Amino acid sequence: MIQSVALLRTSEATRESAPSPALPSTTPDRPKMRAEALRAHFGKTEVLKGITLPVESTTVTAIIGPSGCGKSTFIRCLNRMHEVVSGARVAGKVLLDHQDIYAPDVDPVRVRRRVGMVFQKPNPFPTMTIRENVLAGLKLNGLRPKDTEELVERALRQVALWDEVKDVLNRSGTSLSGGQQQRLCIARSLALEPEVLLMDEPCSALDPIATARVEELIHELCERYTIVIVTHNMQQAARVADFTAFFYLGELVEYDRTDVIFTRPSEKKTEDYITGRFG
Amino acid sequence: MSTLQKHTDREYEAELETLKEKLLLMGARTEELISQAMRAFAERDADSAKLTMRIDRQVDQLELDIDQLCLKILARRQPVASDLRLITTTMKLVTDLERIGDLGVNVCERVIELSAEPPLPATQSVTRIAEAALAMLHDALDAFVAGNTELAEEVIERDGQVDSYYAQLFPELLQLMMKDSGSVFRATRLQSIAKYLERIADHATNIAEMVVFMVRGKDVRHAFALSRGDG
Amino acid sequence: MKERYLQRKLVDAAVRGLCLLATVAALIPLGLVLFYVTSRGIGGLDWAFFTELPKPVGETGGGMANALLGTLELVGLACLFGIPPGVLAGVYLAEFGKHRFAKLVRFSADVMSGVPSITIGIFVYTLIVLRTKSFSAYAGGVALAVLMLPTVTRTTEELLRLVPEALREAALGLGVPKWRATLSVVLRTAAPGIATGIMLAIARVAGETAPLLFTAFNNAFWPTGLAQPTASLPVQIYTYAVSPYDDWHQKAWAAALVLIGMVLVLNVSARVLVRHRVRSR
Repeated sequence: MIQSVALLRTSEATRESAPSPALPSTTPDRPKMRAEALRAHFGKTEVLKGITLPVESTTVTAIIGPSGCGKSTFIRCLNRMHEVVSGARVAGKVLLDHQDIYAPDVDPVRVRRRVGMVFQKPNPFPTMTIRENVLAGLKLNGLRPKDTEELVERALRQVALWDEVKDVLNRSGTSLSGGQQQRLCIARSLALEPEVLLMDEPCSALDPIATARVEELIHELCERYTIVIVTHNMQQAARVADFTAFFYLGELVEYDRTDVIFTRPSEKKTEDYITGRFG
Repeated sequence: MSTLQKHTDREYEAELETLKEKLLLMGARTEELISQAMRAFAERDADSAKLTMRIDRQVDQLELDIDQLCLKILARRQPVASDLRLITTTMKLVTDLERIGDLGVNVCERVIELSAEPPLPATQSVTRIAEAALAMLHDALDAFVAGNTELAEEVIERDGQVDSYYAQLFPELLQLMMKDSGSVFRATRLQSIAKYLERIADHATNIAEMVVFMVRGKDVRHAFALSRGDG
Repeated sequence: MKERYLQRKLVDAAVRGLCLLATVAALIPLGLVLFYVTSRGIGGLDWAFFTELPKPVGETGGGMANALLGTLELVGLACLFGIPPGVLAGVYLAEFGKHRFAKLVRFSADVMSGVPSITIGIFVYTLIVLRTKSFSAYAGGVALAVLMLPTVTRTTEELLRLVPEALREAALGLGVPKWRATLSVVLRTAAPGIATGIMLAIARVAGETAPLLFTAFNNAFWPTGLAQPTASLPVQIYTYAVSPYDDWHQKAWAAALVLIGMVLVLNVSARVLVRHRVRSR
């Protein structure tokens, strides 16, 4: 679709930091991403204490846990957003298609083009129209796609927003409802055609109907994209995710298929948390 | 049953406690019903049998109450993991207990019929089956309370014993009927009672299997004989 | 109980009355100034005022056209010299505000905004006028720019700070490098607010007299070039006001009125712009 985006990927592949042979990332038994002994600090405080966790390709992986357990920090490490905050440090590895994104010669900006992010509060750019918002990722990266109208339509159709906004593409991005804004933000991320989509509590600012729409969207998207979702709503994790990871105080307590976690978890802490016996 | 920490939501915790209490009460009533029915059988006491039958009404009412409570908890609390297994197990246990209650009533009915007649020598064999079945029921309920899967597995194995007692009874009764055609009425009634007791033992086995599922999350129904030793 | 209630009502009314009185007292000077200037100045506003050069000493008539033009020139130069560095400094402070150097810059800006304008005038005089051996509009522009700088810097910084972090994160999350995110997203979002701040800074600077005395000086004729002494409204007002001629006094009032008018227009436009922006969201 966009040659430049494809070029970014091939140039990543030719770097020589990968220990394993360059297998295509869609092999089902190889995880798309993998954290290895990942540690993260805010100044002196250690927020993640050595996380090793796979993220399987074209699946939805949910991260659950009480507040302060490090789940948001974790996914922000997956696209190198954690280090944006001053005083933040990361140690360990995060592999994307078996290549460490924290290797010294890797440009974080390029990582973020392959690993997109959707935030808790919908944040469309207020000075831009809906159309401009969808194209923002491309324009701001200096990419000039040939057929912008088709691109905009495709991105908005993917998030089931096209029919609602196709006649008002020139309205400000902030004139939409909360749920629509969040879908617009997802479309904005998808326009860059990332491989992985990280979602940090994407529905916590939305009403139940908008939430249901976004969850349905996640369901559809996971056929093409790999999704990691942080949620404090366990029922959402139960509904949406194929795999669930439970974090507690910066450590990974348990990781398994969602139906196993919610019917017979192995760890007592997991059991206590999901049945509401904490605190 | 052995989880140490309580739910943060006290109302939920209280609902689960109520559920367990009612289930235990139902178990106790059922045990009472069967043992009193067997006592009436031994003493050939029709009046006692009639009184005993009334206990089944309590058992049926408890079944309704417990099912209602389970439905409410499922709707409001979205239980998961051990809580979910507790609720689903309870709903199944309640069915088994209610069936046991009905079987007890059936026994009482046969006792009333038999009390008008002179006793048959085969009563001892029937009592043997009753004792085994009652013991199984008692232990299955104990296993539920304590979350004791070893005890539950033991109960499951004892079902074979009850089956063999029952199998031995039939030829014995056949002999009696062939010898004395006047004993056919009584022999067939004894046969029925033995059948009911054998079914009670089967239900007790079901209860024990549910206990294993509830505690370990492993479904051992229908496969225990094959998969003995793992899990 | 009822007494308490009544007592409270009385105290409430009394305090409210006092607040009203205080507000009126604060508005009196403004009202007086506006009234005075308007009543004295309106008579001097005629077509000639806006189009003609000042007449030589002693003669009546003429106007302040050159001063008007001069003020516009000086303000224009001030904007040219003052706004870009001010905005960029504001961006630096907002985005890198935790470095020690940034703390120094911020402190300097705060100090500078308190420096008397005449001091700045002397500073520019020494720096530029003495070196070039001439009063000039450039010097005047620089002086005014220096006056504007702290205000523009701090306003830009404050407004950039107000832009929610979520927008920066959204831009970064799209794989946009930080500099581009700052310019194309954050600055663009804060732009209306910054524009308002700039307008207010201009309004303040347009009326400054002291620095211009040493830099642009004055000129009775049309400005011939930016390297020449240039007339300006404030200086002209000063010159005319201290003169012994009634005609010139009249013109000074008129010029004062025009100056206040300019400031008023700038302030009101800034307000209108903000409201317009808020409504269109």
